[in-house]
Amino acid sequence: MTWQKLKDNDHLVGYIFTAPFILGFLIFTLYPMISSLYYSFTDYMLMDSPRWVGLDNYVTMFTADDKIIKSLQVTFTYVFASVPLRLCFALLVAMLLNKAIGGIGLYRSAYYLPSLIGGSVAVSIMWTQIFGDRGLINSALALIGIETTTSWIGYPGTALWTLIALSVWQFGSSMLIFLAGLKNIPASYYEAASVDGAGKVYSFFKITLPLLSPIILFNLIMQTISAFMTFTPAYIISRGEGGPLDNTLLYSLYLYRRAFQFFEMGYASAMAWVMLILIGLITLLIFQTSKYWVHYEAKGDK
Amino acid sequence: MTFGTKSKNSVLYHLLVGGLALVMIYPILWLAASSLKPNHEIFANAYSLIPSRLEFSNYVSGWNGFAGTTFATFFKNSFIIVIWSTVGAVASSALVAYGFARIRFKGKGFWFGCLMMTMMLPHDVTVIPQYVMFAKLGWLSSFKPIIVPSFFAMPFFVFLMMQFIRTIPPELDEAAKMDGCSKFSIFFRVVLPLITPALVTSTIFSFYWKWDDFYNPLLYLNKPEMYPVSLALKLFLDAESVNNWGGMFAMATLSLLPIVIVFFIFQKYIVEGISTSGLKG
Repeated sequence: MTWQKLKDNDHLVGYIFTAPFILGFLIFTLYPMISSLYYSFTDYMLMDSPRWVGLDNYVTMFTADDKIIKSLQVTFTYVFASVPLRLCFALLVAMLLNKAIGGIGLYRSAYYLPSLIGGSVAVSIMWTQIFGDRGLINSALALIGIETTTSWIGYPGTALWTLIALSVWQFGSSMLIFLAGLKNIPASYYEAASVDGAGKVYSFFKITLPLLSPIILFNLIMQTISAFMTFTPAYIISRGEGGPLDNTLLYSLYLYRRAFQFFEMGYASAMAWVMLILIGLITLLIFQTSKYWVHYEAKGDK
Repeated sequence: MTFGTKSKNSVLYHLLVGGLALVMIYPILWLAASSLKPNHEIFANAYSLIPSRLEFSNYVSGWNGFAGTTFATFFKNSFIIVIWSTVGAVASSALVAYGFARIRFKGKGFWFGCLMMTMMLPHDVTVIPQYVMFAKLGWLSSFKPIIVPSFFAMPFFVFLMMQFIRTIPPELDEAAKMDGCSKFSIFFRVVLPLITPALVTSTIFSFYWKWDDFYNPLLYLNKPEMYPVSLALKLFLDAESVNNWGGMFAMATLSLLPIVIVFFIFQKYIVEGISTSGLKG
């Protein structure tokens, strides 16, 4: 009888179904977040127990660590170059592919494939060979008469841009999301606009962009967050060092080195919290500006 | 006349879109082609896609691996990690998704907010205490830190499955309840069969993410005989004196093969998964 009662108690049953998430959240997210905040105020070398040092780690970060300034510069360049370029390419190609002709499926796969495999170590290794001193790029340049054996990855001025190129190359998943959004725009809108004498450019800015803007906002935020966390390609391309001259020392890579090569857990935790706050502020900023450029359709039934 | 310009436009279109598509996949084709070139030829005419002769010995020398550990071991490790964590992630996420989508309970809104927050939380904030926790549990140098967290639901999959569950008419649940089904049997008999597409999509993405995962194995595994393929590929770069470029290209190509095969079989699910929920591929 009581068993029957328990089975009918929705509050209990609800907690049983969601228990995996709730337990996982407490153990693998909430508890680590609180510990990480605590560690960030300590000197913690993993082997010894944490020693409270107050704001020392944060003060050191902003006054005595040149690498962190460099790392932030590199990361901001990476994020603010790769995310907009990636989204522009994604939108451009999505518009090209938003047609009902044969072969579209094949093209769509070809554009999406890099995004599918792009995060893998294999592709990062491939990238080091493409931009290496005798790699694909230099060999192709030689074909058109430009002889060079400078490695794009070894040269401080271009190293970061090879990482940005790798990121832009993976525009496929954003492209698929845009493509789905474009398909939802009724053709009658464009017909009505063209009857009224609107050109293609005008239609793009007055119909396509406003109707896609919620999807653009979503993509912008998710891609920005994941760009800030990029680790694997920087690690592989610079062999874990962030070189040349720290030019590919993305923030995540620097944090990894501090935490797991020098075992400065306290300092690395402080770095993680600075990053969390930065990402939070940037996300907030994007949301704040969104009321000026994101257009929500007024739909009674939603 | 109109037909003429139309077909001319169509040719131009295919030249532009097809040409650009070729540029996009050229690096991948190049990787595969280089894996079949003799070692001295890879960088001699790097731009070329055609080997002078097919050299399968790269696959043999690459497969032999490092210091007695072959790629058979690395692939086996990858599959163990991928299969266990995928089973755990999909099964637990389905339970959680049903709980959030169909049961009204106290505190649901709060926990759902936590789920959404977890989705956007940078991994860097939790990784250090997690490492300390796993070290204290004595789990370092085992697959446990990589596999066990998967059994506690993946927020992205929960979100994707919830969207599917919401498309099932609630009348179906009601009818089953009338017939005397508990929430548990409604979940197993009614909901689960109807959200199969979402289960397949989640399985595929879990497979991709775990197959590609480099950070966690790098952190937790330190013996080469436990390395998955992603981490083993790094060894080609560490062994600077050897320079087995052919072997490296061959194993890199081989490591991408499962992903590409799964992509071509399940394309429909992948495209739908990304377009409906914004899952990142």
